[in-house]
Amino acid sequence: MDAKRITELSIIANKVRKHALTGVYSAQSGHPGGSLSIADVLTYLYFEVLNIDPKNPDMEGRDRFVLSKGHTAPALYGTLAERGFFDPSEMKNLRKFGSFLQGHPVLGKVPGVEMSTGSLGQGVCVAGGMALAAKLDNKDYRVYSILGDGELEEGQVWEQAMFAPHYKLDNFTIFIDNNGLQIDGDITKVMNPTPIDKKFEAFGWHVIKCNAHDFNELEAAVNEAKATKGKPTAVIMQSVKGKNVSFMENNPAWHGAAPKEDDYNRAIAELDEQIAGLEAML
Amino acid sequence: MAKQATRASYGQALVKYGIPNKNVVVLDADLSKSTMTTKFKEACPERFINMGIAEADMMCVAAGLAACGKIAFASSFAMFAAGRAFEQIRNSIGYPHLNVKIGATHAGISVGEDGASHQCLEDIALMRTIPGMTIINPADDIEAQLAVKAAMEMDGPVYMRFGRLAVEDVNPEDYKFELGKGVQLKDGTDVTLIATGLLVQESLKAAQMLADEGISARVINIHTIKPIDEEIIIKAAKETGAIVTAEEHYVMGGLGSAVSEVVCQNAPCPVKIIGTEDFGQSGKPAELFEAYGLTVENIVKQAKTVIARK
Repeated sequence: MDAKRITELSIIANKVRKHALTGVYSAQSGHPGGSLSIADVLTYLYFEVLNIDPKNPDMEGRDRFVLSKGHTAPALYGTLAERGFFDPSEMKNLRKFGSFLQGHPVLGKVPGVEMSTGSLGQGVCVAGGMALAAKLDNKDYRVYSILGDGELEEGQVWEQAMFAPHYKLDNFTIFIDNNGLQIDGDITKVMNPTPIDKKFEAFGWHVIKCNAHDFNELEAAVNEAKATKGKPTAVIMQSVKGKNVSFMENNPAWHGAAPKEDDYNRAIAELDEQIAGLEAML
Repeated sequence: MAKQATRASYGQALVKYGIPNKNVVVLDADLSKSTMTTKFKEACPERFINMGIAEADMMCVAAGLAACGKIAFASSFAMFAAGRAFEQIRNSIGYPHLNVKIGATHAGISVGEDGASHQCLEDIALMRTIPGMTIINPADDIEAQLAVKAAMEMDGPVYMRFGRLAVEDVNPEDYKFELGKGVQLKDGTDVTLIATGLLVQESLKAAQMLADEGISARVINIHTIKPIDEEIIIKAAKETGAIVTAEEHYVMGGLGSAVSEVVCQNAPCPVKIIGTEDFGQSGKPAELFEAYGLTVENIVKQAKTVIARK
């Protein structure tokens, strides 16, 4: 990917982070940490990979994306808004009574959302069903899903881990947001899901490791997944929870806590500064 | 009179109505020989998906298939469909109102020898709490087959409850199935017997016994438990003034509860709910019906009790 495009995507991803934080701040509830860690991969998918049309969210043959870690809806909504599915000013209504931006994604309410998620472990299985539907219909759309690393502790993830290779769903790519933290702390201390790579390999997946915040690595991973035939791909992304907001990075306290005014203003100022720096490079 | 288990009807109907409908896909969790979906598998292997013993994944995969335009029939025993995968059904099928049809076989105590672990007596209660979920509990072969057809033709989630045990035909050959409509099988004025599934045939026999004693009992078959036919229940409450419900299900949350909700809020009258009040156990179905009061004799006895309470 050329340097200019990387800079452009980095700007978009930081805008997505701002939208996510604005939503969580306005609601005074929500999940900022994991939203910030997946902002880059969502930006990459929605701006470079997915065959979708914001003007026609139900377009026939579109690619599907399912956010299995549904609690990071603020990042998904921020990405959809930035991509043109709805006005970013809606973010301030996140989690508010009567808003279409519910606390967790809802199918049929938010343009661009393909599945209601929030109960961990289910989204990835639904996504597997979508990939199977494409195979049954001989269609070439692809299905992507993002899971949390803590989410791997849900048993049904491993039911799906058996299913997708069994039905040779090579049109199916999952991203594991490996930020190493869950609500109660370090994933290896709460309930150790490692080694994640070896587990998916043993279940029959093609496994790729990459940096969740490096667009070149994300691009290489998606291209490798597309070129992989006969099996699904699991991309294990090393990520930083709270990415790009200094005081939120690697701090599990920001998993499900909303920033107060001071912290929100600091976070927005940090992101604005980064955006200004990036824009100066263009 | 023909006798067939409604699970066999499920398998036959999937072939009869599902093969011509190219959007239909059938999923099963390693029980296809018992749920009878094996008939569909043999006729149309390319649209049959064995999920292995993984009901949680099955419900969600069915949701994904439905989200992409398929009519997905997810099949397992009632215990593992409504029970084990309740939350998947609630969040991934009910909440997004997807076009998934749950074929739940081996419901109720008539599973028999397998014992309590497999005798699902809670499924109607569980499924009733999901907004937008349609629940059908057919009484005989023809009703079961037409229920599958109706489920296939409507948009949205449906829970279909089938039994393991062969049941007698209670409906005529030219029976017209109407979703959401109760069926009055016999008119009567002293009491109404409202039953679902396997207990419909028993209620008809009970009405005959009551008639022999000079008591006029109306018999209503409620195949669609949700949305329930309020009109036929209110009419029965007003005209007969006493109701006995009978079902192969726990006394809480099932048909009896659904009928009571309608009666209490519209036309209060004495109601007795016949159902199970404890976990089941191993035994022959007839022995279990006897032990848990799901018998013609008990329906007759309770009918007299509610009449006395008028």
